[in-house]
Amino acid sequence: MPLDRFSRRSFLQGTAAGAAALSLGDIKLAAAQAKVTIGIVYVGPKDDFGWNQAHAVSVAALRSLPNVSIVEEENVPETAAVLKSMESMINLEGANLILATSFGYFNPFMVDAAKKYPKVTFRHAAPLWEKDKHPANAGSYFGYLDQAHYINGVAAGLATKTNKIGFVAAKPISSVLRNINSVLWGARSVNPNVTLQLIFTGDWALPVREAEAANALAGAGCDILTCHVDSPKVVIETAERRGIMSLGHNASQATLAPKGFITGAEYKWETIYRSYADDIAKGQPVPNMLAGGYEKDMVRNTAYGAGAPEAARKAADAAIADLKAGKRILKGPVKDNKGAVALPSADGYDNLDRVLDGMNFLADGVVGSIT
Amino acid sequence: MTDIARSASAASQSVFDSDWMIRVRRGSEALAIPIAALLVSALLFSIFLLALGKSPAQFYQLIWLGGFGTGFSWSNTLLRAAPVMLTALAVAIPARLGLTMIGGEGALVLGGFTAAAIAIPMIGGGAPIVMHVLMFAGALAVGAAWVGIAGALRQFRGVNETISTLLLSYIAIAIMNFFVEGALRDPADPNKPSTKALESVEMIGKLPGIDVHWGLVFAIVACVAVYVLMFRTTFGFACKIAGGNARAALAQGLPVGRLVIVATLIAGACAGMAGYFEIAAVHGKANASLASGYGFTGILVAFLARQHPLAIMPVAILFGGIAAAGGIIQRRMGLPDATVLLLQGLTFVVLLASETFYGRLTLFNPKARTDRT
Repeated sequence: MPLDRFSRRSFLQGTAAGAAALSLGDIKLAAAQAKVTIGIVYVGPKDDFGWNQAHAVSVAALRSLPNVSIVEEENVPETAAVLKSMESMINLEGANLILATSFGYFNPFMVDAAKKYPKVTFRHAAPLWEKDKHPANAGSYFGYLDQAHYINGVAAGLATKTNKIGFVAAKPISSVLRNINSVLWGARSVNPNVTLQLIFTGDWALPVREAEAANALAGAGCDILTCHVDSPKVVIETAERRGIMSLGHNASQATLAPKGFITGAEYKWETIYRSYADDIAKGQPVPNMLAGGYEKDMVRNTAYGAGAPEAARKAADAAIADLKAGKRILKGPVKDNKGAVALPSADGYDNLDRVLDGMNFLADGVVGSIT
Repeated sequence: MTDIARSASAASQSVFDSDWMIRVRRGSEALAIPIAALLVSALLFSIFLLALGKSPAQFYQLIWLGGFGTGFSWSNTLLRAAPVMLTALAVAIPARLGLTMIGGEGALVLGGFTAAAIAIPMIGGGAPIVMHVLMFAGALAVGAAWVGIAGALRQFRGVNETISTLLLSYIAIAIMNFFVEGALRDPADPNKPSTKALESVEMIGKLPGIDVHWGLVFAIVACVAVYVLMFRTTFGFACKIAGGNARAALAQGLPVGRLVIVATLIAGACAGMAGYFEIAAVHGKANASLASGYGFTGILVAFLARQHPLAIMPVAILFGGIAAAGGIIQRRMGLPDATVLLLQGLTFVVLLASETFYGRLTLFNPKARTDRT
């Protein structure tokens, strides 16, 4: 009976509060493990097979920790609503760590909240925080997913038979362009004949356009599809239905394509969230900027699916080991797909070089255009 | 019965049927039916919650806490209510003329975008007042023009105004995206296409004593002004006549075409004003987040308020409160975000169904016949 359940719950809450009050005497225990209440805000649904799910799965992994409690809110738009959601978590739920996971939450909303609540720690999931511009209790964290996309490319380069990979992308912004190029660079590192065919849909969530683009790419002879859109579900399912292979993005889509799934680029936000919770529990300062790729265990690839041949798995595993050791993806100058030199350094670039954050070109081998 | 008794009864009858009494009855009808509809939808929603194994008592308690229970909750609620009051006016004004126009979202987005675009060359220019006056005027003008287009199409070309306003909303969002991702994009922000942002000192501040921007005051003033215009002036009366029967209005010599155009312009200006405040007080720049559904919530609020400008204020606050409580309901009860939308939708349906009771209840209309068609 629901009403019984309710009263039982409130009874339990009541006794828990009572127990907490009684244990106030035991200050030593409280001081050793400070209580962390994480408030996390998502821009879309928590089960979108994409960006939001990647965060939700990672934060859920912290639920088992004894000193951590989690409050979540999904479908919060990038308006004044997110400011109020964060304030509500702080005022009504006592959140002391706020994780704002959507790009547009940062400025002005999270910055304003950080100014208003200087005792609360705020962290935002994109490398936007700057020391002299933004409050000290705010900060950023980010996973360099391009590294996992590079691994996707390595596996795809050895799995493709037509040497054509299809990519459905939302908008031509830096982080998307970098993932597109990284798939191609990965594939070309093992198979120089690969080209990547690109279609932009124009927005983050346009399922009908994504399906059309996926079908067009399949029709053009691509035998592997991947994407950078909010929810990769449509592209992966379309690939499976067309009997071709697929590469995932953001979270695990392995279950959507039991026959054709090769591997996928996934964030490992868990590493970051766990370190935040630990720092706060120990009373240590939380780093303002936390970003990395394979070398810091902040990204991963989905377990290989039925679409990945043995050779592809071996090559991808070797490439992962290289990335963990910090070996460079870009070892020399890089050309764009119009023949101009886009990145001139003869020594290549470190994988986390900030120059790469502002990538604004499509690499040689990508069939498509930014404009 | 004696003569005296008969005349006494006649006298009481006439008091009972006096104008004043009828007005009280009609007035209480307009209050009692929506309140009953709200209660019925709350009841239906409780059954839904029980079926999910959740406690309705806890749910409504959390709505109270999250929407109205604390000072913080009130500011959260009013912040959400302010733009919705204005977009609801954009629906209610044409409704007086018998037009169902649902294009508030488009006028809000384009009005806001215009304000942001006007601001670009003046950011950091040291004349924020001039800048805000121009932004305000631009937002109102473009919002007015946008809904005015639908009014003109309706009047001169017979285009269905509901369809045209809806489609114009999508066109408005596309126009904003076109410029924000192209010519007016601020190169300083490589990842989220936006126009150049106002400096924080140039933004419109908060109301004294509460964490809500000035848009709330403007929205309330607009509701009252529209009430006076539509219910207390010859213009409003002419609109009502034209809305009741356009041919009869024409026969009376009323300029129906001009009334339609002027009313749709005013409606659009209200939504454009909401767009201005979103830019000037909340975002500081135009980007895709400007289209966040305030225009569509406004439709719901206007219908719930039965298109009455004064009723829009409490209804917008009620909806703002439900939306403000959405977060805490998710967090404390583990219900998905869509729960609150479901409650809103259910309320809307029950309220539309309750329309059938107007004029049929003998309690409010002593002479009403239940078989009236």
